[in-house]
Amino acid sequence: MDLTQLTIMETAKKLREKEFSVSELVSAYLNRIQKHDASIGAYITVCSENAIQQAEAMQEKINANEDVPVLTGIPLGLKDNIVTRGLLTSCGSKMLSNFIPPYDATVVQKLQKNNAILLGKLNMDEFAMGNSNESSWYKPVKNPWDLERVSGGSSGGAAAAVASGMAGFALGTDTGGSIRQPASFCGVVGLKPTYGAVSRYGVVAFASSFDQVGPITRNVADCAVVMNAIAGHDPKDSTSADIEYPDYTAFLDQEIKGLKIGIPREYLQAGLTADVKQQVLKAAKSFEALGAVVTEVSLPLTEYAIPVYYLISSAEASSNLARYDGIKYGYRASEYEDIIDLYRKTRSEGFGTEVKRRIILGTYALSSGYYDAFYKKALKVRRLIYEDYKKAFDQVDLLLGPTVPTTAFKIGEKADNPLEMYLGDICTASVNIVGLCGISVPCGTDSQGLPVGLQLIGRPFDEGTLLKAAHAFEKVAVYHAMPEL
Amino acid sequence: MEYEVVIGLEVHAELATQSKIYCNCTTEFGGDPNTHCCPICMGMPGVLPVLNKKVVEYAIKAGLATNCRIAAFSKQDRKNYFYPDLPKAFQTSQYDLPLCYDGHVDVEVDGLVKKIGITRIHIEEDAGKLLHDAWSGDTLIDYNRGGVPLIEIVTEPDMRSAEEVRAFFEKLKAILEYTGVSDCKMQEGSLRADVNLSVRPKGQAEYGTRTEMKNLNSIRAIVRAVESEAKRQISEIEYGGMIVQETRRWDDAKGESYSMRSKEEAHDYRYFPEPDLCPIEVDENWMKDIQASIPELPDARRKRYIQDYGIPEYDASFITASKDLADFFEEAAKSGDNIKAISNWIMGDLSKKLNDNNLEPSQIPFCPEHLSKLVGLIDSNIISGKIAKQVFDFMWDTGKDPADIVEEKGLRVVTDTDAIRGVVLEVLQANPKTIEDIKKGKAKSIGFLIGQIMRETKGKADPQTVRSILTEELEKY
Repeated sequence: MDLTQLTIMETAKKLREKEFSVSELVSAYLNRIQKHDASIGAYITVCSENAIQQAEAMQEKINANEDVPVLTGIPLGLKDNIVTRGLLTSCGSKMLSNFIPPYDATVVQKLQKNNAILLGKLNMDEFAMGNSNESSWYKPVKNPWDLERVSGGSSGGAAAAVASGMAGFALGTDTGGSIRQPASFCGVVGLKPTYGAVSRYGVVAFASSFDQVGPITRNVADCAVVMNAIAGHDPKDSTSADIEYPDYTAFLDQEIKGLKIGIPREYLQAGLTADVKQQVLKAAKSFEALGAVVTEVSLPLTEYAIPVYYLISSAEASSNLARYDGIKYGYRASEYEDIIDLYRKTRSEGFGTEVKRRIILGTYALSSGYYDAFYKKALKVRRLIYEDYKKAFDQVDLLLGPTVPTTAFKIGEKADNPLEMYLGDICTASVNIVGLCGISVPCGTDSQGLPVGLQLIGRPFDEGTLLKAAHAFEKVAVYHAMPEL
Repeated sequence: MEYEVVIGLEVHAELATQSKIYCNCTTEFGGDPNTHCCPICMGMPGVLPVLNKKVVEYAIKAGLATNCRIAAFSKQDRKNYFYPDLPKAFQTSQYDLPLCYDGHVDVEVDGLVKKIGITRIHIEEDAGKLLHDAWSGDTLIDYNRGGVPLIEIVTEPDMRSAEEVRAFFEKLKAILEYTGVSDCKMQEGSLRADVNLSVRPKGQAEYGTRTEMKNLNSIRAIVRAVESEAKRQISEIEYGGMIVQETRRWDDAKGESYSMRSKEEAHDYRYFPEPDLCPIEVDENWMKDIQASIPELPDARRKRYIQDYGIPEYDASFITASKDLADFFEEAAKSGDNIKAISNWIMGDLSKKLNDNNLEPSQIPFCPEHLSKLVGLIDSNIISGKIAKQVFDFMWDTGKDPADIVEEKGLRVVTDTDAIRGVVLEVLQANPKTIEDIKKGKAKSIGFLIGQIMRETKGKADPQTVRSILTEELEKY
């Protein structure tokens, strides 16, 4: 039995049945990282020693009481923009390549309380900006299905690690699709929770009004288990919703008969490849077979999602990333004339091209004389897109479409064409613009055997319906294959 | 040509909250550098702000006390600029929707009441402090002050002279103290002002080009900066020059200002709504609670003092300018009858002591009852006015009860006529020449003899008794 191929639920069960120990489990994962990560590049930091120590402690907990949290002893990876006390949190950037945080993110504390074991910190596009993981200062992440292809991004390390058995699950962050898109490319499940459902405290900000932390897992049930651990109100995050949070696993086996699912017409016209379109429509058929009512709906403002997303997220990013000035922590240029020169050199040397591009774009959009034409107008359109979705959700319970119009592309293929890269966010970004929840579930492969992701989008705080539908689909789609490494 | 000076102020007051605006760190002044900090106020990657409710409460209180309207809905914005004392490289402030707006404060100058408009009051966070080490040439940063809550009070350009500015500023300071919104310790930087000033020929409707002087941290500096800048602008225009819109730095030691940056060099702050914070909504009930918590304000107190204590308007204005001084006065008045005398002591010796020692009224080292007791000792002829000044000094130094001081030091007035007569005779014997002068009609010399007698009795002899015995004895020559 390869322990690294099991889901969380299977692993938890077998740990309690003493089929293997937590130490054996952790060692299996560490060995796999040791063996394969050189060719994939999912990890920036691996904390083997700590994981091995933790394993013993967690074994004792299981021995003492079987009623410990499901995640007890489960090895995970964290995207490297989630702050971990005493452990490098680089955001995939030279700028923070020496940053050891003095505190833990709320989600990290929550996972600790749930006894999960941290294997290490996962590679990502620099400051979560990108969707191919090529903008990481450290190294690109390669797709476990085809090492010549990108993993997707920005949570590329997280998706690749889960897909290749180098983490039992992972937490990523999603600002415009950064969990769902790499999950789609790597053939795993990725959930972007509703804005406000998971604390952002200790998650290095890219675009504050879009960012959400979410799970990347091998299947839908695991996703629900991880959500149970990380969702909830956090008084340290003013945008965290103070509501009752359900037991997400309770939705899994609920009926979906009569569930109303809408396919946004515009999503099928968003430059989809024939293979992607075919798999998505096939998935829709599966839902019909399960008793759901599938109809076509319209989100007429879909074409504005990309400009609105890039304007507002870059504006927020330009301000959020201003603190990396070489004064308090992180990279500082070694030689400089005066304070302005210190700022200029530190930021010129510390940030990569994509990050600089967004900072310049965002600064421009907020500048006096341009604010009304760009930032303010984008805010207004954001509101209109919200209305669009609201209307759609008056008619249906869920929206269904592709996660990405294509499957994983070749490394370097789009490196010189950022605009083409941005267009890949067309089906994911508006979910963040409006603050909805969305999940990407594997729904087949293209003609080259690369995974295709199906996206389901739900109403705010209705992750339950999303998980229920995704789980029902997953059971009939039988698509849990892991890539051969 | 005659000119009119037009002045508006932007006043920054640190709020008297226990903790900072977005984290739990203490706002206490002092402390070793970077000990009142946490990841949040240091702007570490990943941190988020949570608004301190007290900050909103205090700002609303300041707004209500200055007759402002309170916004039911306001928001916070980021003001973006790079400076090492600003850890996030943006200051969280309020831009287009401030918490309070459209208020006014009435001030009195030369017996006339004038309304000074308050454009707005908004909340924001303070920055850290840069310390330049002259020896090494290094710049060090202390983030203790970073994230301390401030309100910025912006006035209309309604002031026309340094005197009006002083009157307004003193009134505003009193209001902030009375409401407990700020401790207003100017020497600790918890109250500071920017002065916007322009001049125009008298009668002209349009404003002239204005300059801004930043961070003036004493009333004296504000008044001097206003006077100096008005003079500079008028002379610039008189000599055919132009006023440039610019920010100037006031050098209080030199009594001059110099240009910091022109309009062209001004920052583009790229304000935008702070996405990490929710809008501030103030409901009617909360506002009512805050309104109810506002204590009697200086104007009301002044009127009451005139009415209830019968002290002159000048005294009432002087005392009520500081809440602590007024509280001290009121306590003293409770236990005394001669209220005018208490007021005189407060305005005279007590204020001088405070000034000389650079202390605030909250730091008066003896209790109010002791002041009224001192006045009582004088009024009941137990000590003389002159001795009272000595007793006052002892009270200041030791905090002891004046009655105990009088006993301990033996300062009681001597009314014993035999004892006084003895001294009188001694003095007369020692000064035959003076007696001759008096006999020749030089009445003034009597004063010299009285002085000698008082010195011999160390000022304790009752002057009335001294005078009558001396006259008696002189008759005998």
